[in-house]
Amino acid sequence: MEQSLSVSVWRGDARGAFREYRVPRRENQTVLDVVTWIQRRLDSSLAYRFACRVGMCGSCAMTVNGVARWTCRTHVSRVAAGGRLELAPLANLPVIRDLVCDLEPFFEKWQRARGRFEPAAPERTEFAVVAPQTPERRAVDAGIECIGCAVCYASCDVVAWNPEYLGPAALNRAWTLVNDVRDGAHGARLAAVAGGAGCHACHTHMSCTEYCPKGIAPTAAIAGLKRLTLRAWWRGEL
Amino acid sequence: MSARLETRLWVAQRASAAVLAVLVAVHLVTIVYAVRGGLSAAEILARLDGHAGWFLFYAAFSLAAAAHGAIGLRVVAQEWLGWRGRSLDVAAVVVALLLAALGLRATWALTV
Repeated sequence: MEQSLSVSVWRGDARGAFREYRVPRRENQTVLDVVTWIQRRLDSSLAYRFACRVGMCGSCAMTVNGVARWTCRTHVSRVAAGGRLELAPLANLPVIRDLVCDLEPFFEKWQRARGRFEPAAPERTEFAVVAPQTPERRAVDAGIECIGCAVCYASCDVVAWNPEYLGPAALNRAWTLVNDVRDGAHGARLAAVAGGAGCHACHTHMSCTEYCPKGIAPTAAIAGLKRLTLRAWWRGEL
Repeated sequence: MSARLETRLWVAQRASAAVLAVLVAVHLVTIVYAVRGGLSAAEILARLDGHAGWFLFYAAFSLAAAAHGAIGLRVVAQEWLGWRGRSLDVAAVVVALLLAALGLRATWALTV
């Protein structure tokens, strides 16, 4: 295999522009391999993020030919139609430089959604037993493998339209916690995720579910939060 | 905006949609059924006149449409115009009252 790829890479901050590079085509080449090749051989000033290279850390997400993807596990053969790649930073986040975004707004919204475990019984020292077959544990299982890559957040139309919207990942995290039987802040968390910046803003476009590299369905999590907030409101607990 | 109010508006939006799904279906089927045999506008008006059932039907239709439309437009204004805050809520209430008034006026004129 001795062809080459023509690769447009975003350079600069939000007011930057694309720059063209030619990269040798290799077998089993990932998009992250392409970016690393450019940075090591052609232009050492190129800024990008990666850590694990095996789809665990969630740091290498970029916009590849218009779609947000984890680049370490995206094979060039799957996305580079006609040998062309266009690499840009993730959408819906401030661009720091080149392919690097500021993820602070993304994780700040996890905090606003109370996306942290708040133990109901902090003084307990023995292990809590959570049966794997209970509906709550199954709901947690469906969403717990999120790696925080922000692909869903970058793909979400509602985030683009409403900058206050908590977004799919933060709401998915909240959903795993309201199903955690050891957690003691269910009511406060439902209040945090209800409303115009929370689960009720979701239009069920399902882009998050479509593009999540881990196969998680944040749309289902958000629908679950809508159900629980409805019940809480009905009971006068919201 | 409070989570409680937003949740209430969301519930009202869904509930009014559920009501409208039934009423719009009845409305459209009735139109197609009624004009099938060449019924004139004057005959339709005569049948509606003084009919308490149709009055209740279209009064409910008008109120559901007013609530559904106003809440929906409020969200559209937030997302597409970036309009937020109290002025938007006031505008949404004005739209709701206007739609309800127009619908109820027509209902009243046709069925009472």
